[in-house]
Amino acid sequence: MSTISREEVARLAALARIDLSEAELTRLAGELDVIVESVAKVSEIATADVPATSHPLPLTNVFRDDVPVEPLPVADVLAGAPAAEDGRFLVPQILEED
Amino acid sequence: MAADLTRRSAADLAQALRSGEVSSVEVTQAHLDRIAAVDGAVHAFLHVSTEDALATARDVDARRAAGEELPALAGVPVAVKDVVVTKGMPTTAGSRILSGWVPPYDATLVERLRAAGMPILGKTNMDEFAMGSSTEHSAYGDTHNPWDLDRIPGGSGGGSAAAVAAFEAPLAIGTDTGGSIRQPGAVTGTVGVKPTYGGVSRYGLIALASSLDQAGPVTRTVLDSALLHEVIGGHDPRDSTSLAEPLPDVVGAARLGLTGDLTGVRVGVVRELDGEGYQAGVRDRFEESLDLLRGAGAEVVEVSCPHFDYALAAYYLILPSEASSNLAKFDGMRFGLRVEPTDGPATAERVMGATRGAGFGDEVKRRIILGTYALSAGYYDAYYGSAQKVRTLIQRDFAAAFEQVDVLVSPTAPTTAFKLGEKLDDPLAMYLNDVATIPANLAGVPGMSVPNGLVDGLPVGFQILAPARADDRLYRVGAALETLLEQRWGGPLLAQAPELPTAAPEGSQP
Repeated sequence: MSTISREEVARLAALARIDLSEAELTRLAGELDVIVESVAKVSEIATADVPATSHPLPLTNVFRDDVPVEPLPVADVLAGAPAAEDGRFLVPQILEED
Repeated sequence: MAADLTRRSAADLAQALRSGEVSSVEVTQAHLDRIAAVDGAVHAFLHVSTEDALATARDVDARRAAGEELPALAGVPVAVKDVVVTKGMPTTAGSRILSGWVPPYDATLVERLRAAGMPILGKTNMDEFAMGSSTEHSAYGDTHNPWDLDRIPGGSGGGSAAAVAAFEAPLAIGTDTGGSIRQPGAVTGTVGVKPTYGGVSRYGLIALASSLDQAGPVTRTVLDSALLHEVIGGHDPRDSTSLAEPLPDVVGAARLGLTGDLTGVRVGVVRELDGEGYQAGVRDRFEESLDLLRGAGAEVVEVSCPHFDYALAAYYLILPSEASSNLAKFDGMRFGLRVEPTDGPATAERVMGATRGAGFGDEVKRRIILGTYALSAGYYDAYYGSAQKVRTLIQRDFAAAFEQVDVLVSPTAPTTAFKLGEKLDDPLAMYLNDVATIPANLAGVPGMSVPNGLVDGLPVGFQILAPARADDRLYRVGAALETLLEQRWGGPLLAQAPELPTAAPEGSQP
């Protein structure tokens, strides 16, 4: 019995901007219990008095001198783009029209 | 002659190049020939950069002939995992979504390889975006274990480990997020090192989980790993998590270890990383290695790290969360694949969904969905936050253990290499491969896998863990164990690997 429904997977896929087929939605719904089990496991010891660690070796206020350097050549960067025009990335329409 | 060159260690080759016994072009060509002969069967490489490698080799030879003082590994070729960006060389991270992408810049570690005069042979296969333990999740086909071509080479860096084990490269670069350098090392009979977090720059690595990822050496000997570690390690201002302190003397530590003396070194066996789930033969080899360490003068004691039992669960939460965020940049706009939806308006948002649906493989989709769930409104504290607390507890376990001992040890992986396809439909069984390696990533401490024998003809590995910034301890203990084992075997473990089928050399007639 899956704890994360097919509908929930569809909602997450929309949030993550991944088009999934019907078959993928069904299969993934059956595979996501691992996360619920993992949460149950870590909750056994993750009590309020334990501080969280976000990075293994804490470093704070990492600065470097603000030195201008040559940027990457525009042509080199655009060479890897799916589409380009006039020295810029060419992207699909951003806003839907009414 | 050519066959001999590919069997030699990087340290030997460097010496032969310095003395003028061989040229870098000869060494590089020998490895390119070996790749042409065996990579059809092994499939360690996604891209072979013949011209680039030979150009570097010619340049090094010319500079050496002109009497220039050159770095230690100048002229020794290296293979690079395809998750590391290389200017002018295709970089896919094993994913269809980056098919054909040629990066406009080099990762810091690649800049350092080039500055050291090391010819880059090509890019090695891997699980897509480093998600996996078998290299079966590559979009470009499986890599085969040189010890048994029907078996996995480990993962995610199966290509780098197999390339080194198959004598296609003396050295390779790997990356390790939960064991992706060490576990492939164990199952292919090679040495792999995950340095201290921040010890090697992550600038130019295609990120999987930024708080866990670390690049490191993949080699056939411990000394070779130290030499490569010295080339790629050290502070990089372009990585804000890079450690400012100089690297410890890893090469000196390896040479000290090669004397085989470990008098006064305290070795802790982690109780939680030895027991249920570990194949009997793996445990036998582990016990034999402990006896060798004792014989070398080390004091071996058992220590407990009780929170290690929770490491896997914390990893399941942290890795997908960070991965789902890092992989958001693959949106079909600025690089790589773009797929337009088959019907309806081709808006940016719909193109992004179609591109990611078509460009990502099953395991990547699975982990992005898991991470999106864990980071969703209302779950963040309970999920990602709780997992981060477990990291604190695991760090405390390490700190307490390292008050009693200098290094911690365990088997690297619980089993020998399994058959290709055997665990593909069971993600949980796949993840269990990394049960012994994950704690080091969560705590940021360095780890090494050294080959320590065979079980039914397949290699197994011995893991050594040290405190953060004390990577030199890995090299001392690892080199000592290696030298003691090789005395018993009468040579390197890889000398026992079966001969690989070779393709006919180019131009020859049947």
